[in-house]
This record gives sequence, C-alpha cells and structure tokens, in this order.
Amino acid sequence: MTKKYLGQRITRNEDPRMLTGQALFVDDVEIPGMLHAAFLRSDYAHARILSIDVSAACNRPGVVAVYTAEDMGDFWKPGPLLVPAPRGIEGAFFHARTQIPMARDKVRHVGEPMAVVIGESRYLAEDALADIVVDLEPLEAVADLERALDPDAPLVHDDMESNLGSFVPQRKGDYEAAREQADLVIQRRIVIDRGAAAAMENRVLVAHWDAKSQEMTIWDTTQAPIPLRNGLAGMLGLAEHQVRVIAPFIGGAFGPKIMMFQPEEVLLPWATMKLNRPIKWIEDRRENFVATTQERGQIHDAESALTKDGHILGVKDVFLHDSGAYDPYGLTVPLNSQNHVMGCYDIPSYYSELKMVFTNKMIVTPVRGAGRPQGIFVIERLLDIAAKELDIDRAELRRRNNLQPDAFPHNHKIIDQAFAEFVIDSGNYPATLARALDMIEYEKFIKEEQPALRAEGRHVGIGVVAFIETTGVGPYEGARVTIEASGKVSVATGVGTQGQGHFTAFAQIVADQLGVDVRDVHVVTGDTAHFHWGTGTFASRGAVVAANAINAAAKGVRVKVLKLASKVLGAPEEELELADGMVRVADIPDQSIGLGELAVLANPMRGAVEPGSEPGLEATDYFGPQYGATANGTHAMILEVDVETMMVEIKRYVVVEDCGTIINPLILEGQVHGGVSLGIGNSYYEQLVYDDNGQLLNGSFMDYLIPRSTDMPPRIEIGHEVTPSPLNPLGTKGAGEAGAIPVPSLFAQAVEDALYDYDLEVLEMPLSPNRLFELCYQKGS
Amino acid sequence: MKPAAFDYYAPSTTEEALAYLDQFGYDAKPLAGGQSLIPTMNFRLAQPSVLVDLNPIVDLSYIRPHEDGGLLLGAMTRASQVERDPLVAERAPLVHETMPSIAHPQIRNRSTMGGTMAHADPAAELPAVAIALNAQFRIRGQAGDRWVSVDEFFLGMFMTVIEPSELLVEVRLPPMPPRSGWCFREIARRHGDYALVGVAAMVTLDGGNQCDQARLVFLSVEDRPVPARRAAEMLQGQTPTAEAIQAAAETAATEDIDPGSDIHASASYRRQLAKVLARQALTQAFARARGVA
Repeated sequence: MTKKYLGQRITRNEDPRMLTGQALFVDDVEIPGMLHAAFLRSDYAHARILSIDVSAACNRPGVVAVYTAEDMGDFWKPGPLLVPAPRGIEGAFFHARTQIPMARDKVRHVGEPMAVVIGESRYLAEDALADIVVDLEPLEAVADLERALDPDAPLVHDDMESNLGSFVPQRKGDYEAAREQADLVIQRRIVIDRGAAAAMENRVLVAHWDAKSQEMTIWDTTQAPIPLRNGLAGMLGLAEHQVRVIAPFIGGAFGPKIMMFQPEEVLLPWATMKLNRPIKWIEDRRENFVATTQERGQIHDAESALTKDGHILGVKDVFLHDSGAYDPYGLTVPLNSQNHVMGCYDIPSYYSELKMVFTNKMIVTPVRGAGRPQGIFVIERLLDIAAKELDIDRAELRRRNNLQPDAFPHNHKIIDQAFAEFVIDSGNYPATLARALDMIEYEKFIKEEQPALRAEGRHVGIGVVAFIETTGVGPYEGARVTIEASGKVSVATGVGTQGQGHFTAFAQIVADQLGVDVRDVHVVTGDTAHFHWGTGTFASRGAVVAANAINAAAKGVRVKVLKLASKVLGAPEEELELADGMVRVADIPDQSIGLGELAVLANPMRGAVEPGSEPGLEATDYFGPQYGATANGTHAMILEVDVETMMVEIKRYVVVEDCGTIINPLILEGQVHGGVSLGIGNSYYEQLVYDDNGQLLNGSFMDYLIPRSTDMPPRIEIGHEVTPSPLNPLGTKGAGEAGAIPVPSLFAQAVEDALYDYDLEVLEMPLSPNRLFELCYQKGS
Repeated sequence: MKPAAFDYYAPSTTEEALAYLDQFGYDAKPLAGGQSLIPTMNFRLAQPSVLVDLNPIVDLSYIRPHEDGGLLLGAMTRASQVERDPLVAERAPLVHETMPSIAHPQIRNRSTMGGTMAHADPAAELPAVAIALNAQFRIRGQAGDRWVSVDEFFLGMFMTVIEPSELLVEVRLPPMPPRSGWCFREIARRHGDYALVGVAAMVTLDGGNQCDQARLVFLSVEDRPVPARRAAEMLQGQTPTAEAIQAAAETAATEDIDPGSDIHASASYRRQLAKVLARQALTQAFARARGVA
C-alpha cells in the first residue's frame, strides 16, 4: 500500500455534488401518485385515551386514509429492544419498555402519535388533523427526574412497580476503604439538563410498495439502513430482498437517526402496502422537537477521595438517568456515562450506581457524545474542586493522575457499552495534555496575562480539560471493492452517511491500496441494494470499522490484481507496483497494463473461469474489532465574562486530538469544529426546557438556541497527537463525537476561573447569562 | 407546519386593498413582509381566511425628505432599504444605528417599516425607536387619512389603534433638534435574536450643556415598548454627569419598567440589563449631543 492519500488534507469528492444541488436527499424523491402523511400527536405528556373519532377527517376531500392503533391489528406491537442490557453484573436489572407505533391506551409523552392522516397533500393532511376528535383523560405527568422515584409518583408504565427502569451497580476495588484513607473527600451534586440533536435535516421518509414487482423501496434518513431493512422485512412478512432501504445524502444525524423503528418508519411501509401508493412524510421542525429522541438529562451525586498531594484514591458516583417514556436503546447512554467517569485517569477504586428512570418526556437515545460528556463532566468537576481545595494547579493535578503511556492496554475493570470489560487500547495522555497547555500558553496566561487583566477589572478565565472517547465498537462492517472496465473503482459499504466525508475518506484508503486517483474511486453508502451486511453509522465507528473493512476488501482486490498482472506481464508479483491506475514492473515503465484492461481480462467474453477462482477484480471483506479503540484529547479555552450582563465571549479555543491514524485532517478538523459547536451549545445555549406537566416550553429555533457561526470562537486551533490503535490494521480511532465531549466541563472551569471573585461553583449544565446572574448575584453572597 | 387554507388577493393600489379589507373585515389580514405573519400561519396560530398582499403596491415604498427636516417613510419600505439609505443616516441616525440589530439581513430584505409597527411585537426594535423619535403614523381608511401620534399608537402586545378596515400607510419622523444625541443598544443571546432587553435613547442639550429633553424607551420588558418617564424627568434640566446618568438608569430599571420572566431571562435579570443598557445608551447619546462621540 502506498501512502499517497492516507493522511492527506484533500478536498471532498462529494462536495461538487453537494454544493451544486445535485445530491439526493429524501425530500427530493418524487413519485407519481405519491401521498403525504401527517401525524396527530399528543398535546399531553400523560393521559389516558378514552376515544378517537376519525370519521370527520376521513370524509374531508383529499384524505385517502386515517389510521389509529386500532386499525393496525396484529401489526401493532412495541419496537424491539435495540441494545439488550449487559449480563453478569451482580445486582443489576433492566426493564425493557420500548416505543409503540401509535398510542393505544394512553399517551406517555407530548408528541406521541395517536393517529396518522394520509392525503393527497401535506396541507390537506394537516387540515384533516383538526377534524379528529380525541377524548383524553389527563393524568399527572412524571416530569421531574427525582420526583419520578417518589413512592407516590404516578407511573409511566402501569405494569411496573415504580419508574425505576434499570439499576446497574458497578465496582472496582474498595471505594469505602479508599475513602477511609483519604486526606480529602469531595462530595457534590451535579445536574445536567436535556438538549436536542437538531440536525439541519429532520427525519424524512418515503415508502413505496410496488405491487407488480412485489418490492418495497424505502428512502429514509436513517443511520442504519441495513438493520432497518431486515427488521421491516420481518414485520411486513416480506423476504429481505423484497425490501430496499436507501439512506441517501442526509443533512446531519447526530444519533437520533440510529433509533429504530421510529413510529413513522413502521407506519408508512405498512400503509403503502395497504394503499398501494407511495407515501412521503417530512418531519417538520415543530415535530422534531417532540417526536425525535433527545439526550443528556442526568443527576449525579458524586464524590472523590484524594490524598493531600492530589492522587485520586477513589471515586463514587450515584446517578439518575432520564430515559424518557421508553428505553429502546437499552443502557448505552448511561453506561457510557458510568464508564467515562474514570476518564483518562488512574483511579484505583470506583463505585457507581446507575439508576435509569422513566419520565413522561421524549425518549432518550444517544446524541453525539452519548453519555460521555456527563461522565467527563463529573470527573473533571471533581478534579477542579480538588485542585482548589488542595491548592494544586489544575493542569498539574491532571498530570499526576493521568494514565501513563506504558499503562496500555489499561483495564478500567468495569463493564462497558460493548458488555465487555472496559479496556483502553492505547494513548499518550501526558503528551496530549502538554501540547494543549503549550498551544494555549497556559503558564504565560496564568502567570502574566491573567493577573494584568484582573488588575484592569476584567474577568478572563482559562480552562483545560482532558477526556477520552470510546469509539469504533463492533460488531462489524463490510465492503465490496470492484475495479471496473473503465479502470475506475467502485466501493459499496453498508454504513450510511450524514456528512462525515465517507466518499472521500473511504476513497483515500482504496486509492492507496490500488494505486488509482482518489477521484476515480466511487463510493456507495447506505443502499441495501448495493451492500446488505452491516450495522450502521454510530458510536464514532465509520473510520474504524467500515474503513478497515474497506481496506481489507481493497487488499483482496490488490491480491487479485497482482496475481493476474503477474501472469499477463510475465513478471513475479513482488516486482509489480500499482500506481497511476496501472500495474507495472518496477523500474520498467513500458512493461505495464492499465487496471481497466486487467479488469476486462479478469471477466473474459470467452474462456472459462478456472475452478476456485472468481471473475472480475472484485473482493468483499469484513472487519469486526476485538473491542473498541479509545480516542482521547485535551481541550483548552480562554473566555471573558462581562460581569454586568453575564454574557460570555470565548476568546481562544484549542483542541489537541488523538484519534490514532488520521485519514484526512481536513475532514477530521471539520468533525472537531462541529463537535465543539455542539459542546458550546450544550454549555451555554442549548437547553430543552420542560415544565412540571412535561410540556416542552421552547420547541422552536426561536427559543431553542443553537450557536451560530457568529457565536463560535473566532478560530479553533487544532493540534494532533497520533497514537495508532493496535486493534485494527489502519490504526484508526473514531473522532465523530470527541469534539462535543469535554466542552461543558471545560466551559464550567473557565467560567469559574473568570469569575474568580464571585465564589462560584458550576455544578450544572447548560449555563446561560440568566443562570450565571442567578448564581452570582442571587445566592445571598 | 403548513398554513390552513386562505383566499389570497394581490391588489396593486392602496384603494383596492382598502376595499378588500372593508369587505372581509376581521377575517382578513394584510400581508406586508410576512416575517411574523407567515410563521404564525405555518404554526396555525393565526388562521386568517383572507390575505391581502400589499407587496404589489409600489406606491407605498419610499423614503422622502420632509420639508421640516424630518422624514417620510412609506409603509412598504423594506428594512434593508432604510438600513442603507443615506438620507435616513443623516436625518434619523438613531434609526440607522438600530437597523443592523433587527434580526438578520435576509429578514430585513423582506421586513417592512409599516409591518413592524402594525405588528406591534413588544420585542421589536423599531416601535421603541419610533417612540424615542416621537413618530407620527398616517392611517388610511376608505373615508380618508388620520394621523396618530406614537404615544397613542401601541395598545398592547400585537395591538395598535389600526382598525381592521384600515392600513398604516406612512411613518413620519420629525426632525432632530440641534444638539441632539442618540443611541440604540440591545442584548440578545445571539446576534439577530429577539433582544432580552433593548433601549433606544434620544437626548437634546440646551445652550448650557444641560439636558433639555431625554427620551429613553425600552423593548422586551412589557407588553409594548415602554418609555422611561421618571428617568427622563430626572435628567431634564440636569447636567448629564456620570452620576446623573447612573441614577437615571437605576430609576429606569427599577421604577419605570415592570419586566416579566420567561425561560431566557428573569425579571430581575432584565432589570439588571435595563440598568446597564440605559447607562450605556445615555452616556453615548449625551456624548454625541455634545459632539464628542
């Protein structure tokens, strides 16, 4: 393999199409005779359904059908548990209560579908929603995460004894003994509220049953086209090959689009078969706020035990995790939180209790970060408070507790989201930290600049926070690589793409294996007709699992190329090289053959394919990692607070990232930028505000604030450390979520540092100027 | 988020538009820039059965000098036109300074002078500015025109004195007296958002550099733009020292306004912002009046 492209900052293959409006998004799909769906959603968070009368809606001109749960018959059933609970943890339990396609007896969150209208246009369908008469008996809502566990709290699921959906205690070492020996014990309560994923493109679906070909085609903004196809085929009683799921270009996903089987995803395929007409549903932004899954939402009672020289002896964390009304995604999010509390530190003892709680709010499933930011927030806050108590520099305290480069593989000795012991494969944490401190000029800032600024009355603070991210989990991905007669290369893989640059990053790997121009590698993702083995794009795994599968398949093609070229050119394989779309005998340039010509020879019009061989220059291969590769990084920032208005301005932002081998720094840095912007949102802008009745109070982009480009720091300065993962041939680790993970803890530290004379301790996220005003001016100090 | 069905009329003259409004009464809504009405319809919070589109009425889009030194602005003049117009910058610098704070350029390209006044959103900038400038509104019905002073124009949240059969056709801004200063300030979570609090200030000095007149008007604090009358009285006849300004700002924030709380800002935080903004705006306005800023 040459390294012409791997690691290069090349522009993206997909951009010309994207920028000239030639990329297919689901809403671009127009089919003659297509109908449009609109959903009647509950306005109540918790209510018993007494009756639903759809007769007036059915009679409205332009309405083709109106369905409620009753119409679905046996097809109505709760969705599958996507991620089962881990086994073998003593004292743990988990109650699966998965989402339903339409509410039948009662509604459990605002936005839960109760009926669907299918009409000739979306306008008409929405008109008909107003014709449906629903008789609801409102019930007391379970809105508050803590009160949900009160003995007299109403129950989200009537068949349960309480709203406690799961309990997972995990222990490493003996925390109580560590606490006995400690010089300092820090105890704090930490509250992290909910946010939205808020992808630019909402969820969109077109389902088209063609009765004549007996084939179902579904265009869906899903992150997991293959599992979706397999599941839907099963539900609909079709063979898997009769169902084709296409996840074309998607305007961002950030987690909620991995959620299956969304009510709309179940209903539209069912209805298109009943009506024998294609149906489109576009989630509008108002729906997105109440009908697409969300995340964060935890309360931690955390403590740490330290020696007086700042060594952590142990950490204890008992936390509540808000699952919303259902728990289809199992414990992925809270297990990630539980795992990441130990972060990049050597923590000899740890005791954690995870309590997953049902509430009458939208379902929680992973959103970029997926529980990790909460865990990192807990440990980093505990360290910051310890640094103050012990009068040890924040960076120094982290240095003292970092896992050292020779500690790997390091076993944190608790069960992780992959249900194995959480082992960190590799890393160089001290180097990452040192580099970030260097880039932000930490010493100079705290010794020279900050004292001068404070003397001027300004409130400028610095923060530095380290983190890890578990990435690239299994089970596996696959790919097929084909050299075509044109000499160009086709790649098909099962993962979907939502802006990650797959058409370029994957092409770079193949181009290097086969010695072709990266622009001549055509990648197809997320279409089950092209490749139907795999799981999806989630958990920062594309560049680890899919990329290594593609690498393996490209290698397989390379083997075939060399074998055939050796025969054709009459030279031993080891003397051949692949470059410029040719195979040539090294040092004898005119003794060569183009890959296209070779592909034709491999697929002859006459002559037999020899036994044991296959036609063409094509290979399919798979990759499944033994366990996930763990990335790490350090972020640092300088910000200023205007203490009159409590408005915060980020002055500098530094990221040092170690995600192993870098495929394309341009794409990687884009991922970091996006992640940091979500992190800044989670820290200072984005908060889903629910009232006591479980009503979302800010369900629009007017009131749910997403940082815009103008709210971002002027520049994000990025440095890279490269510690390749030993767990995969490319040495990659995921980077999709990393940018978002440390930001809340970093922001908290920097704000505290800026407001040094306000006796402020930040134990919650997100903040806002209003909240900072309350914390600083209204606590009676 | 699709609007309910409505009938649509696109008259090319004001007279024709008034005839439709007269015919349909409360069922009709005039459509100007549509930057508030259309989203409200898409959320189905408003479901007018008739829309009378004023956009084809070219006669209502103009910026003209008034012979008294002031300005006449046609109701359909776009915010972006006002923003870039040199005559506005010269004769109504407070308006000129305010324009970039209004939402985003794309919105200002559509949004109109008349639409923002008639919509009477308490968080909108220009209604507060209109009060600071003592604007006059020309309201036209089929029977003819009437002029209404800005102090009588706004009745409450989204409410003005305009009758369903009438149209706001023109905004008149009187000339700025000599030795006047101005300033607009607001604080929004993100640039272009509705302000948590905003303030428009107009001050005039007398020959002895004492405050002859001050107008300080807040937005986003109550159900309509709120003039800070006590603060203005405190300043009148005073030398606008830093202390006098600070005292006026504190009075404005504590006595002149009665802000509410919402998810973005509590009442006490709004008072704090009002105090800071009033101080900043008055300081800048007086400096400009003295010709030193």
